[in-house]
Amino acid sequence: MKRLLRKRFVTLFMGLVFVATVVPTWLGWYDSYIQLIIQYIGINIILTVSLNLINGYMGEFNCGHAGFMGAGAYIASILTVLFLIQDDVFGPPLVSEGWSLIVFPLALVLGAIGAALFGLLIAIPSFRTRGDYLAIITLAVNYIFKSFIENVQKIGGARGFMGTARVVKVLEGLTPIPWTMIYIFFAAILAIYVVRHFTVSTFGKGVMAIREDEIASELMTIDTRRVKVTAFMLACGLAGLGGGLYAHVIGYINPGMFTILKSTEIMVMVYLGGMGSISGSILSATAFTVALEILKPLGLFRWVLLPVLLIVLMIFRPTGIMGNRELTDVFPRLKTFLAFKESAQIDAAPAD
Amino acid sequence: MPLLLIEDLTHHFGGLRAVDSFNLALGDRDLVGLIGPNGAGKTTVFNLICGLYKPSKGKILFDGARLIGRFPHQITQLGIGRTFQNIRLWNELTVLDNVRIAHFSQLGYGIIDAVFRTPKLLSVEKHVTEESLHLLEMLGLKDYTDLIVKNLPYGIQRRVEITRALAVKPRLMLLDEPAAGMNQSEIGDLMELIQWMRGEFALSIFIIEHQMRVIMGICERIVVLDFGETIADGVSSEILHNSKVIEAYLGEEVA
Repeated sequence: MKRLLRKRFVTLFMGLVFVATVVPTWLGWYDSYIQLIIQYIGINIILTVSLNLINGYMGEFNCGHAGFMGAGAYIASILTVLFLIQDDVFGPPLVSEGWSLIVFPLALVLGAIGAALFGLLIAIPSFRTRGDYLAIITLAVNYIFKSFIENVQKIGGARGFMGTARVVKVLEGLTPIPWTMIYIFFAAILAIYVVRHFTVSTFGKGVMAIREDEIASELMTIDTRRVKVTAFMLACGLAGLGGGLYAHVIGYINPGMFTILKSTEIMVMVYLGGMGSISGSILSATAFTVALEILKPLGLFRWVLLPVLLIVLMIFRPTGIMGNRELTDVFPRLKTFLAFKESAQIDAAPAD
Repeated sequence: MPLLLIEDLTHHFGGLRAVDSFNLALGDRDLVGLIGPNGAGKTTVFNLICGLYKPSKGKILFDGARLIGRFPHQITQLGIGRTFQNIRLWNELTVLDNVRIAHFSQLGYGIIDAVFRTPKLLSVEKHVTEESLHLLEMLGLKDYTDLIVKNLPYGIQRRVEITRALAVKPRLMLLDEPAAGMNQSEIGDLMELIQWMRGEFALSIFIIEHQMRVIMGICERIVVLDFGETIADGVSSEILHNSKVIEAYLGEEVA
């Protein structure tokens, strides 16, 4: 029994989270407010883990993660609205309701791919230069994205793009289960899985070598441009996936959702949790989302309090709460359950 | 055909001529020393070979392939290992990771394999890890495998850096002042190590060093640079008595 628990801890834990989130929602035990917060947590985990790949593991500075998230959100929403529902601009649905089960995930994936390609577009010129330039370029890109969307009237311009709420209704009309919650659950697991595997592979560790010493990396045969661009695309793609889900949770999107404020929010979560730590990102995304809700009575003062918290953290723990460590490093006893497998021990069975 | 052939290599930093018409032919398993006073352009020669700078003039051939115009990672992939004057390890990573990551060009899998952990990745990773552990064992670093590099003593870091360079599978090793900051007994060990790895890995070695004990002890040939110019090139015993070399190092002889 104990052995089984050890071996399957992660699966069991995920099952537990599934039971605690998706199942009660399905049975209607959670009101829509609690549901919304749970879904925010999932989306924030995706965004934080993916940004951590760039800002934490790679040591570059992406200030415009919300721009890539927005790209994914717009692409996915336009696709689902175009294919699945009657819309003033896009006209009648292109396929029947039955197709929605396939079209919805496909739109999310295409949103992610679109965001990754958007990332590629930015990465190619940015990584010709060093360090701080990426920060400035991504900052600019975030603004360009917002202004661009604001000026495309066909997709609502500054008013925003409606219709995703009805898309979810179509899905739920077909099969009454909490679709967005289920997708967010699996997308968050996918994001964690992907980033985790990337950062323990020797290929992905090239990212950390670049952070430590780029010249030495280049001279130790690492194609630094290729590694940086790949990791950047991966992170942007995941942000796009998060964006697509976000659009369908909220029910509509507008350019104001994907501004520098949102980017800052994601950055705060990354630095709070710790650069180069996935478990840190998961914890901080959860804690931060909940804190934002609890502090709601403070109104705009939240945005005074939270940055102050960040400043204090930067002074006392510049690498974040879990900087470059995982839960298993902080609590070694967890190692019995959580392998956080290093590729060194890929085939080694957990010692008893 | 020599392994490394440098012809008429010249490089300017603005108005400063850092390297002037440098020539060298380095054969298989040669062990050549490069010496000269501070600022003579020794490290610049290494950086030119590795492609960090683009020379103003000249030709560099490695095993018949032209190096100028290639990216540094493409150059070192051809089989050039390098260590640095000020140790440049990946400080926050473990010793094992430092050695593993240097296998980068030999991985042969892409991001899809990395992200989804395909069987191909697993077999490559296993192979790379085994090879790295084997290298570390050969270099006597087995006890340090899982330690973070920045916490290690200086001498060990030097050794890790050499191991990392060996992971590239070089045929030519460029050592930039490997004995800097070492005490006499460590220098003795280092000399043994260099001799040993030349045989073990069939390396040609090009070494910059200020410690004359190392240069005289192991190098068959010595090239002397001063203000970017090659002032002497020959077997060790001759160089010691070369008047130009003595002048560059000690000033004019007072007879």
